[in-house]
Amino acid sequence: MSQVETGKTLLEAKALSRHFIVKGDGGFFSKRKSIAAVEGADVALRAGKILAVVGESGSGKSVLARLLSRIVSPTSGELVLNGETVDLKTQRDLAYASQVQLVLQDPFAAMNPVRRVGHSLERPLLIHGVPEDEISARAHEILESVSLTPPQQFLDRYPHELSGGQLQRINIARALAVKPKVLLADEPISMLDVSVRLGILNLLRSLCDDKNLAIMYITHDIASARYIADEVVVMYAGQMVERSNDTSLINSPQHPYTQLLIASVPDPTKLGAEVVKAPSGGAAAFNLNGCRFSPRCSQALAMCATNEPPMVEVAPGQHAKCWLHASDAQRASVTISNKSKNEMESKNV
Amino acid sequence: MKHLQLPKSLKVRVGLAGLGIFILLTIIGPWIAPYDPNYTGFAQNASPSWNHLLGTTIQGQDVLSQLLIGCRSTMVVSFIAGFLATIISIVIGVASGYVGGKADEGLSVLSNVFLAIPGLPLLIVLNSYLPAGQQTNPLVIGSVIALTGWAWGARVLRAQTLSLRDRDFVEAARIIGEKRVRIMFGEIGPNLLPILTSSLLFTILYAVGVYTTLAFLGLTNVSTWNWGTMLYWAQSNNAGLAGEWWWVGPPGIMIALIGTSLALINFGIDEFINPRLRAGGVSAKIRRASGAPRRPRLGLTPVLHKSTEAGSR
Repeated sequence: MSQVETGKTLLEAKALSRHFIVKGDGGFFSKRKSIAAVEGADVALRAGKILAVVGESGSGKSVLARLLSRIVSPTSGELVLNGETVDLKTQRDLAYASQVQLVLQDPFAAMNPVRRVGHSLERPLLIHGVPEDEISARAHEILESVSLTPPQQFLDRYPHELSGGQLQRINIARALAVKPKVLLADEPISMLDVSVRLGILNLLRSLCDDKNLAIMYITHDIASARYIADEVVVMYAGQMVERSNDTSLINSPQHPYTQLLIASVPDPTKLGAEVVKAPSGGAAAFNLNGCRFSPRCSQALAMCATNEPPMVEVAPGQHAKCWLHASDAQRASVTISNKSKNEMESKNV
Repeated sequence: MKHLQLPKSLKVRVGLAGLGIFILLTIIGPWIAPYDPNYTGFAQNASPSWNHLLGTTIQGQDVLSQLLIGCRSTMVVSFIAGFLATIISIVIGVASGYVGGKADEGLSVLSNVFLAIPGLPLLIVLNSYLPAGQQTNPLVIGSVIALTGWAWGARVLRAQTLSLRDRDFVEAARIIGEKRVRIMFGEIGPNLLPILTSSLLFTILYAVGVYTTLAFLGLTNVSTWNWGTMLYWAQSNNAGLAGEWWWVGPPGIMIALIGTSLALINFGIDEFINPRLRAGGVSAKIRRASGAPRRPRLGLTPVLHKSTEAGSR
């Protein structure tokens, strides 16, 4: 495999969005609603770097991974793979699959229960045109690369005979079988025992370093993101609310949501300390007009409810999508445009 | 195949043995039949004796010979019908479940229509349109029966495919780039195997019933021997009224027995699919010996404290 230069952007998403159409209140005549699972996502996955995407359930992290692997097609936006824009109108082809692979969350569900492990590993090799006489050797090699030895012992097993950690290694091995350049890992450790989580994280790290893979690591566990990641992105309600080129975001969060997220991590040294709670937004937990987080934000300004905040640089290499950090000029432009809008409306009336 | 072993369940063993005997009769029936079933020179209406183990008919034909020779036609037609119907139901059921959308709606309507059509009248009509020479062709009759019998299996397979379609392992197969057909038959298919087998066995059973019915009504060629035509002749000669039980009884019992064998095998498949029916992997003998409750409670793995001789397996 030709070695890629570390740090080179391999897969880039530009303003990627995906809307799902859902029935309103479930009634027969209810209007169909569109829900933005992912909105305006900008991600760059770089060779030899791990990007952690952090967010709560429903923040759109998993949909983002599926968009990037093209299992789900985006509503708008573009994907750039190796500097070439991907034609999103066509079906995802084998060439794309061989470059970008996705590891699913639940290792037990991701393996076909009635097929041997060997089948799951040999199929990708067969599909992607590895000559038949090399397949067995390649399968052994892949299993060894995820530290499952002796390989033959695993190839003949059924998934239910293996532990969660072993299965997740096999899932990663399956994704690696086609020698991808980009690996998307959708909460790869959340279904595993705490005792084997570190092993999987270390495996991802070493794969990233040895093979110069670009890895997107999706998690809700900010501690694991800090352990493994080179860059961090925080998502809320389908939008990216804060990002940093290093892990500085975790040490000095600027967006109120990130601050809450980090404050909610249990800290044994601060037993008895008061727990910071977000005001629950009630029914309007997601504000669709202004800042998505504003109904739950304790520091929300008046403008937050009506105007979508810009992405502002809060520190070198760290950006937050928040009005609190916006310059006066930026705030003023919105107030003015609001005023003029109001004037226009009043004139029309 | 090192994984192939004799099933532990007694029900399945009995069922498999029964089915084995019927298959054996299908193969060797015509050779072991003591007489020509069409020969009419024996004593008429004789009750069972050493010469005629199942007696003779009113025309002086040997009943046992008819029964043994009739086995082949019944079994061959039923198995052909069962397999053909199952193939149709796999293609239609799995495709409609996996592809979804408009294709699913169309295929569902099709199978609903076939479920709603009364099978027997349709068969009678179809059968009457067959050219005379084709009425004895088991392949043709089997296909006609399959045409009316696939819809039930298709519904079941569609439902199961729907539940498997969104499982992670299917998505994983899509991620590595598997083609649609491969996912349907290579990944989802093997997971349908237990249901498929059960559907196959029931369809065979249905075909036995339908074929016998058709023959009993005299709608197939009555000069070929099967259990249905035997009943047809018995009925038209008032064997039941005349008390000739040895003529009416055996074909009926044979049909009941093959039904029982197939149903017993199906019980075993049920236990295979749902291990809870297997009493948590503990045989009844061991459970009784250890004083565990006879019926395992759902969701609880039985724990046997008393170690007994039978328990150390």
